Amino acid sequence: MKKKLLSLLMAGSLVMAMTACGGTAEAGGNSGSAAAGNGQLTGTLKLGVIGPLTGGAAIYGNAVVNGTSIAVDEINAISSDFQIELNAQDDEHDPEKSVNAYHQLQDWNVQAIAGTVTTKPCLAVSAEANSDRVFMLTPSASATTVTEGKDNVFQLCFADPNQGSASAQYIADKKLATKVAIIYNNGDAYSTGIYQTFKAKAEELGLSIVSETTFTDETTDFSVQVGDAQKNGADLVFLPIYYTPASLILQQASSIGYAPKFFGVDGMDGILTIEGFDTSLAEGVMLLTPFSADASDDLTKNFVTKFNEKYGEVPSQFAADGYDCAYAIYSALQFYAAKNGGLDVTGMTAEELCDILISVFTDASFSADGVTGLGMRWDKNGQVNKEPKAVVIQNGVYVGM
Amino acid sequence: MTSIKKASVNSKKAFLNYALVIVFYVVFQTLVSTKHITNSLKGQLIPITCYMIMAISLNLVVGISGELSLGHAGFMSIGAFTSVIVTSALTGLPGIAKLVVGIIVATVIAAIAGFLIGIPVLRLNGDYLAIVTLAFGEIIRNIITNLYVGIDGKGVHFSFLSPDGLGMEATGKIVVNGPQGALGYTKLATFTAAVVLLFIVLIVVQNLVNSRTGRAIMAIRDNRIAAESMGISPMKYKMLAFTVSAAMAGAAGAVYALNYSMIDPKKFDFNTSILILVFVVLGGIGNLTGSIIAAGVLVVLPELLRKFGDYRMLTYAVVLIFVMLVTNNEKLKGRIDTFFKKLRMKISKGGRKK
Repeated sequence: MKKKLLSLLMAGSLVMAMTACGGTAEAGGNSGSAAAGNGQLTGTLKLGVIGPLTGGAAIYGNAVVNGTSIAVDEINAISSDFQIELNAQDDEHDPEKSVNAYHQLQDWNVQAIAGTVTTKPCLAVSAEANSDRVFMLTPSASATTVTEGKDNVFQLCFADPNQGSASAQYIADKKLATKVAIIYNNGDAYSTGIYQTFKAKAEELGLSIVSETTFTDETTDFSVQVGDAQKNGADLVFLPIYYTPASLILQQASSIGYAPKFFGVDGMDGILTIEGFDTSLAEGVMLLTPFSADASDDLTKNFVTKFNEKYGEVPSQFAADGYDCAYAIYSALQFYAAKNGGLDVTGMTAEELCDILISVFTDASFSADGVTGLGMRWDKNGQVNKEPKAVVIQNGVYVGM
Repeated sequence: MTSIKKASVNSKKAFLNYALVIVFYVVFQTLVSTKHITNSLKGQLIPITCYMIMAISLNLVVGISGELSLGHAGFMSIGAFTSVIVTSALTGLPGIAKLVVGIIVATVIAAIAGFLIGIPVLRLNGDYLAIVTLAFGEIIRNIITNLYVGIDGKGVHFSFLSPDGLGMEATGKIVVNGPQGALGYTKLATFTAAVVLLFIVLIVVQNLVNSRTGRAIMAIRDNRIAAESMGISPMKYKMLAFTVSAAMAGAAGAVYALNYSMIDPKKFDFNTSILILVFVVLGGIGNLTGSIIAAGVLVVLPELLRKFGDYRMLTYAVVLIFVMLVTNNEKLKGRIDTFFKKLRMKISKGGRKK
């Protein structure tokens, strides 16, 4: 009963948001395939998801697919007039396999893609999708090169540079530190991308970077990196890295009695779920993330409960991104239908739908609400505009700050 | 007398391989032009051809020269990144010319790398050699992971530090961006070009194997001491096979890279080397036809298994084990052989009657 009520509430709020937007917007797009003028969205949308469902990065791909399927279930429950068919294909976090998966989806007559999950495969697939005119909204591929020069590719997550500069801005604004050390993975595009923009912004803001050390995927001993930061007297260590190496760095620092502030980005999300990791070490760690499962708003609560019921775990940020992707595409179609007197998506080609979705996503009056941010807007480059949330780990849970 | 007979068997085999490639090309080109092919298979044609070239190239080292190399993906990545840099630097040329120049330069650079790496590696034998090739494969990958290349009005810039270290003009374009790999370049590879390359590689390898040099290489493989006592220099011939093989891997890498608009250094880790080794082992060590077929089948198989969903990779592994067991089963092999012998006898008898 509670679930039904919530989904009704969500549907209601979406319709409200949509009509509110529709009211203020001026007609601008084409109305080629608009149905009879009732403003209704009808038909069946074939939505594809591409991500690593097996292999080393499977945790991200599966989270996105699970999150997306929860959103699809909710949307399908709203009305039988509009349904989404979901098809998730595995890419093993490999660009070649990802392009294969994309072609597989094309054989299935996919109309829009929520993906791909990881950055490098996304770069390969988005180039293909750009020439084939297939709309893509990636939940979590965060490099700027994903969207650069491709009008049909949009990001739901922050682009890497935004994370780096936002972190530097945040540290400077809150006067968290004066001497900063950075430890990053120089074999990883995500980590080096954030490092480069963080460094540029930090220099601009007058933060002094006293130590810069690197590691690679195979590194398990961080004594050199942590020791260098300690030796140079850094009072904050910036970790633009994933949570597994971060947990080792925290252990290393604690073992030599070095207790600076630690500041991470969204890759740090998940550190509390590592098996065998003493979460007390993460006490006081700050991180910039778009989603926190402990938020008290209705949207997040509903999503977390449902996710927990279905998959028996607390959703990660990737699951939240996937969930928001499905809703963003859904609201965009609603938006278009309301503006152009209805839309029947059944049998539309990916190209037709691509033009429609691009026109909506770049429309200044279109915004989508989700669990990773309210009022998300997209610019012409395909990058999302939403507020970053900083959280600090206290007593083993994330607390907003 | 026997040598003439053997040569004719070898040339028969060689023609079978040429015919196989031609049939492969004609069938798929017809399917593509008449649009009777799924997007999935169409998108895989060029990678399949590249893997076939890789399998032939590795078979030259593993099968013909008898040295286990576990770092072949390294040469592929050298070719891949070289071709991307070359084709990005060439402006004002038509696509096909860029592609050809890209492949040639990639082949040459990979051959040089193969030669240089061959000097220390081929002084070793057996397991030691395998481990050192593995190490060199990883070294190549790590170097490329830290390589930054940019192109501006003044020419090509290289750096091992950061994109800023390139010291480019403001209008410069970064071609290879460290761990991000190379992205945003123009796709130039075509199926026809890939098959032409496969054909050239086949001609080179088959003629090499059936030449005096090829027999020397195989003599060293079969009995190094005997070969040496005949006045054959093992180092020279092994180097030759290794360098030719590296060059062909570079060419395959070039076409592979130019089939996508991004290339990731991490792609060419030792998993890829092992994958190619699997093609060679499954197709039969020293058997070129087998390698070509195995490469084709094993690249397509994971895509065909997509309907198994979550069990896809499990099924793939089971199929691999099954095929390995069957192809190595002497009893089964014997039965297949006798079946073919009987068939041949029947055909030849039938022919005589007529």
